[in-house]
Amino acid sequence: MADMTQRASLSILKPGPLTTVQDLGRPGFAGIGVTPGGACDAISLRLGNLLVGNEEGAAALEITLGGLVVRFERETTFALTGAYAAASLGERRIDGWRRYRAIAGDVLRINFAEYEARLYLCVTGGIAAPETLGSRSTSLTTGIGGFKGRALRKGDALMIGEGDAPTGDAAIRAPERGGVLRVLPGPEWARFDREIQQALLTRTWRMATASNRMGARLEGPSLVHDLPELASHAVQLGVIQLPPAGEPILLLADAQTTGGYPKPLVVIQADLWRAGQFRPGESVRFREVTRDEALAALRKQREWLESVGRRLRADFGG
Amino acid sequence: MTETTDPHPSIQPLGEAALALSIDPSLPAQRRLWAAWHWLQKRHGDLEWVLGMGNLTGRFDPLATPVGRVEKMLETAWLKSEGAEAEKRKQVELPVTYDGEDLADVATHTGLDIPEVIARHSAPEYTVFCLGFLPGFAYLGGLDETLACPRRATPRQKVPVGSVGIGGSQTGIYPLASPGGWQLIGRTEIQLFLPGESPPVLLAPGDTVRFVPQSK
Repeated sequence: MADMTQRASLSILKPGPLTTVQDLGRPGFAGIGVTPGGACDAISLRLGNLLVGNEEGAAALEITLGGLVVRFERETTFALTGAYAAASLGERRIDGWRRYRAIAGDVLRINFAEYEARLYLCVTGGIAAPETLGSRSTSLTTGIGGFKGRALRKGDALMIGEGDAPTGDAAIRAPERGGVLRVLPGPEWARFDREIQQALLTRTWRMATASNRMGARLEGPSLVHDLPELASHAVQLGVIQLPPAGEPILLLADAQTTGGYPKPLVVIQADLWRAGQFRPGESVRFREVTRDEALAALRKQREWLESVGRRLRADFGG
Repeated sequence: MTETTDPHPSIQPLGEAALALSIDPSLPAQRRLWAAWHWLQKRHGDLEWVLGMGNLTGRFDPLATPVGRVEKMLETAWLKSEGAEAEKRKQVELPVTYDGEDLADVATHTGLDIPEVIARHSAPEYTVFCLGFLPGFAYLGGLDETLACPRRATPRQKVPVGSVGIGGSQTGIYPLASPGGWQLIGRTEIQLFLPGESPPVLLAPGDTVRFVPQSK
């Protein structure tokens, strides 16, 4: 444990299928093969942190498909963002995207997520895990970061950092996700034949059950091809690879840093959070945009995040 | 598109926030990439630079740094890398037990028998071209061409830690248990990823590696 003088602040009563500590990840180490990782839906993490008065990148719990039950061991201001799941604090119903205060002994129960894949439990002060390579994110493949480098289990006791909790009620509107990811043509786009190009952009794809934080296989028409393999090169969150067997792979936050499969499409930056919210079995479609449209979408997203942050900070003052 | 032997690299976007310089992989080309990589990290360390096999990718915030500027950085780094002196690097010996799951497939694909696959795999002195894929994973140059094997059509969900594999014309060691598409021919006990140590990886670009066959 990082600090024995501190009492545990958050006890895991039930971990759900996969709950990990995540922040905005550890960029800068891809050169030695360490994936940036971080929250699969960084927008929900940022917004949750803004709601509870944290820096946008404070560490929180990423709760895959819900199912988490925790007990607050001291007074804690918290917010749930991301996927929709029914939740309760004792007898009280808890809505997503809203700030709440729990007292010592309160139990927060999160049911299984009904829409989308990942919830974020943000607490004022953030989850106080030690930093590894500049981040508190759990890297499951590497076994570093977060809480002992692993997914949370029943009985784990987490520390919460110091922070000034904003008072009063505050809520924000959940961003709309939809079933479409906007994409740019990838480096190998032009090398695929027309039939494959068309299928990628017009067919409805299904996220395979075997999806995880590294990536999601996309089930649909098999796009078998015989493009030559590539020398290994950098890949990242949002890149869509097409292995020769013809099943596309959408790379997510914990994706390997390099790969060798051809890359027909790349999800635009403004939609990366959306990519992290598809559930196993859910449908997804891709829509091609131009580079200018991608930049405009990113600019709009940043302005919106800033305006939400400004509004919440103004609320704290009043 | 025409076939070209033009030694000039190409520069291509990977989405709106990454740009990759690529050239046909070779040891001389990779030496230049090491120099370009070091230069970029020193001069433009606020961007992230990732080395590959015959390629170098820059990641940037497209609203803060116009793509044209990143292109210029890559071009300049490549020009400056010509004739750059190589740094002195270390030599590493890795004991390998050649009993991988795909050893027989590799033998069939290459038309060699298993002892010959082992002999040809353990003969060369390999060069670490770059690190990537997983923490501490080294892409090695120098594989005997006759051992080249396509990656598996569908990657494995879990390759055991220490596995030695062949993917295309490359060979390498899995530093962690992970999904992977390479053909597995053996395994080593040596750890390549050492979290908590500095640096946290055993091998660096430019190091050389020899595989020493162990009896089972």
